[in-house]
Formats: sequence, structure tokens, C-alpha cells
Amino acid sequence: MTKTVRVASGQGFWGDSLEAPRQQVDGGPIDYLMLDYLAEVTMSILQKQKERDPAMGYARDFIGAIESVLPGVVDRGVKVIANAGGVNPVACGKALVAAIAKAGHAGKVKIGVVTGDDLLPRIDELLGSGHELKHMETGAPLSTVRERVLSANAYIGSTPIVQALQQGAQIVVTGRSTDTALTMAPLRHEFGWGADSWNQLASGIVAGHILECGAQSSGGNCLHDWWTIPDLANIGYPIAECESDGSFVITKHPNTGGRVSVPSVSEQLVYEMGDPQSYITPDVVADFTSIRVEQDGPNRVRVFGITGGPATPFLKVSIAYRAGYKAVGSLVYSWPDAMEKAEAANRILRERLDRLGLRFDQILSEFVGANATHGHLAGDGREAPEVQFRIGVRGEDRASVERFTREIAPLVLNGPPSVTGFAGGRPKVEEVIAYWPALIDKRVVTTQVEVVS
Amino acid sequence: MSEPTVQVRLLDLAHTRSGDKGDMANCGVIALRAEWYPVLVRELTAERVRAHYGALIAGPVERFELPNLSALNFLLHGALDGGGTLSLKTDAQGKVVSTAMLRMVLTVPAQEAVQLQLPVLTQKE
Repeated sequence: MTKTVRVASGQGFWGDSLEAPRQQVDGGPIDYLMLDYLAEVTMSILQKQKERDPAMGYARDFIGAIESVLPGVVDRGVKVIANAGGVNPVACGKALVAAIAKAGHAGKVKIGVVTGDDLLPRIDELLGSGHELKHMETGAPLSTVRERVLSANAYIGSTPIVQALQQGAQIVVTGRSTDTALTMAPLRHEFGWGADSWNQLASGIVAGHILECGAQSSGGNCLHDWWTIPDLANIGYPIAECESDGSFVITKHPNTGGRVSVPSVSEQLVYEMGDPQSYITPDVVADFTSIRVEQDGPNRVRVFGITGGPATPFLKVSIAYRAGYKAVGSLVYSWPDAMEKAEAANRILRERLDRLGLRFDQILSEFVGANATHGHLAGDGREAPEVQFRIGVRGEDRASVERFTREIAPLVLNGPPSVTGFAGGRPKVEEVIAYWPALIDKRVVTTQVEVVS
Repeated sequence: MSEPTVQVRLLDLAHTRSGDKGDMANCGVIALRAEWYPVLVRELTAERVRAHYGALIAGPVERFELPNLSALNFLLHGALDGGGTLSLKTDAQGKVVSTAMLRMVLTVPAQEAVQLQLPVLTQKE
């Protein structure tokens, strides 16, 4: 009998369901649980936490997730792979060891910690030796924002995770691994796919892409016939049942809500896609135009036929830098003439900002309920029973942004009528941490694996 | 060219999902029936999509075909007011750029609409 490896998705981003990891481990047989915690902005948030406390800088939700699945890990051998390490995988590993000991399983669980993605300590050395780390969209060299850089991490592939699994790790924690590597690594480990088995590796990437956003492939955020998707309150997160040839079936546990269908999986396949023929990862370039999908019974979608080719000589680098301050405030105007009142408030507020001599890099006004998301395509909002006037500013000068936040409340008494919805108080000034994507020569980045228990 | 035509809403032909890539939004458009996909390929050109979004996006539109999924993928450059944390937009991550796409109305030959059983728009917009 051929071996099937079941990889379950239990987290699509930091902030996703706290129940999903346990439901995936307890709801039926799985071999691996993959948990994706990192989005582009997450690394910079974690870096700020690490600056305040050197023992922080990882996704703390992950510790709770592990506590909730520990019986499955200890008794049934379910393995967990997560990029929860953020900018501090070592501290995350230590916290895990402590949590496991506290749960009475000291020494029983091997933890693999993958490091080497963090380029921040090496940034000047890299810039000095000719790696410009140019912005992938604008082409600007990193030197233009060097002193404002908060974090810099290479997106690393599946190889170090495979190494950790080979060394017996039952839980593997990484920093900025690619989301897809979390699914790819167990498949490479279980099936022994070669580093040039391009079609299989591409299949692992596609499986990873389908799992990496949690329930977004099993009926969550699914537009297709959305009103017919059953029991979203009890939605089942996706599971990939994978074969050694690279093909797999996406499904979910029995007695859960949601839906796994060709449309639900297809929507996830096109999510955040660029050129479908070259989905670039550190391990392989996958061709998304090769993917075949077919319904294979209720809540089962078979995915097969996937091809791929050699990876590029580069890794993507996720850099975060301080980019000024912003604040967003809002007021709600009601019928009659809700839109006209909101527009008047916008004109008045902007005139006051001008008179105060405040200058911003950007001011954006939106009219929620009328056209905030679809602009002119949604019409002019004249019939709206109520409109939320939402205005945001962004600029380098914190004091100016702060001053802006004081100009919204006065409109309640000294602006257009029928206004409400200011119970939340003054808007908060937020520091903007912007994202700087760059490429770097792969050979410059070396990863390390440590397995502890 | 006096061939009779009818109007069809994209909403009735396809489902969509969108997301962000920096200051770019991507929008996948998936035909509700495989036999309708060629209509999308023919009618949903990058130029028409660019014109549809108008001032909502600042840059050009690129199109890619995925016949295997009966899908088109559009990259809308400069759609997110800077993108990521820089953007002040409600939809800073381009999540509902997808439903704005579905507001498109396509004009197709009446005969084709009959053959393919396209859900034709009967009146108004």
C-alpha cells in the first residue's frame, strides 16, 4: 500500500482561530500540523517587541497552540511545523521547552529550531560587500533608508526544516520561512523527493499555497455560492492528503462546517498570485497553469499534474523600516443628505488642516457606505441612509499627525448636522512600519538547525 | 457589424478573489462554467479592465491566463495607495478589489449567449 501523508493547516496568520490547531489534531487522523504565523508586517511588529524585551519577538499564540495539541504530539506522534519563531526562533524554542515541561512532558518532545534567516546583524556587511538590496518595485537601494531599518529576514525554503525532521524533531520552529515551506518540508522528508524532483517539489508548493491561508480554501472567504456554504461557525480547516508522486487531495475533518470544492480551492489558488507560470520559491519555480483540480467526492478535491522547474539563484528578503506616522479617524452622518453632510465635513476639516499649516505626505478621505471600496463604480452615495466619513493622514512629523487627531471631534459640535459615532474617542497615532522587498544571492544566506528537548 | 448583442454581468459569469502584493492588487477571475471561459478570455482584456477601474488604480493592468482553472489573473499596479502599512485605504490589502471587478458588464453576441446559456441582463444596468 502506498503511503499517504496528511498535512493539516491550523493557522493562516497570527490572529487566526485559537481553536483550529486543536480541532485539526483531535478531529481525525493527521500526520503533520502546519501553522503559518507570519505576514509581511508581522516581522516588524515582532522586532519591536524584541527591542523592548530580548526574550520576545515570536508569535506567543503559538505556545498556547502547542499546549492545546500536546496530547496529540506526545501520544499519537503528530508533528508540528510553524514559522512562529518570528525574529527570535531561539527564544520561541526555549518558551516551548518550558511550556512542555510545565505540562508534565519534560524531555519527551524534540524541538527543532531553524535560524539563519535574520540578516539584520549582517546588513552593513552585506551593503558593504555590494549587495544593494534594491526595492523590488521601485529599484531604490536600501542605503536610502538604512538608518530606519527595523528588521531584515530572508525567506528561507524547506531544506532546514527537512534537516530538523531528519534529526527527529517533532516540533519545528522557524523564523521567516516561506509559508509554503511549512507544507513542503514534511513531504520532502516523508517521500525523500530529490532537490531536483521539480514536479514533486512544485506539487508541494501548490499544497502549501492551498493550506497557508487556513480556512480560506475550505469555504472561508469563499465568494462562490457563499450563502450555501454550511456551518461556517464550525468551519473545518483544510487538510492535504499527499502521495509520493506529488498529487494530493484537499479535504477537511468529518462533522465540520465549510466546504472543500473546486471553486473553494480555485479561489485560494489564484489568491495573491503574480505570473502563474512562475510562482517563485526558494526550492522550485512552480507552474500554476499546470494544476489540475477535480471533485473527488463530497468535500474532497484532487489536485494533480503539477509541473515545476529549477529555483532562481536568489532569495527574497523581507525588510521593515520606519516610515513616519499615520492616524485615521471617522464620523458617521445620517439621513437626510448623509453623503452631502459627510462631504461637507471633509471640506471643512481639510480647510482647517490647511489653516493650521499642517502638511502631510498623504491625506485620504473615504465615505464608507457610499464608495470607500469601489469608488466611482459604486455610484455617488446620494441615497445612502448613513455614511461614515473616514479620513486618514500620513507624514514624517509625529506632532502634525497628533494635531490632526484633535481636529475631528470638534466637527461634532461645530460642523454639519446629524453626526454621531465618535464614542471611540480621538484616533491613535501609529508609527508606520513599511515593507521593503528585495532579493539576495542565495549563497549569502546560511541556515542552522538545532534540535533540543 | 450589425450582429445583435446582449449584455451580461460578470457577476453572473465568474467568481473572484483578490489580494495584495506590495502596492499591487491581484484579482483572479474564475468562470462559473468552463464553457464560459473563452468569453472571459475574449471580452475581459487588460485594456477593458484598466478602463473599468479608472481612477481607482494608478498604474497599468497585466493579464495572465490559467485555462486549467478556467481563470484569468489580473495584476493591478498602483491599486493600493502605497500598499501594506503605508496605505490609508479601508481596503489596503485589496481584498475587495475582486468584487469591484464583478461590476463589469460585457457585451456579447446574442447568438453566443443562447448557445452558451449565458445569464443575460434583461433590463437596466
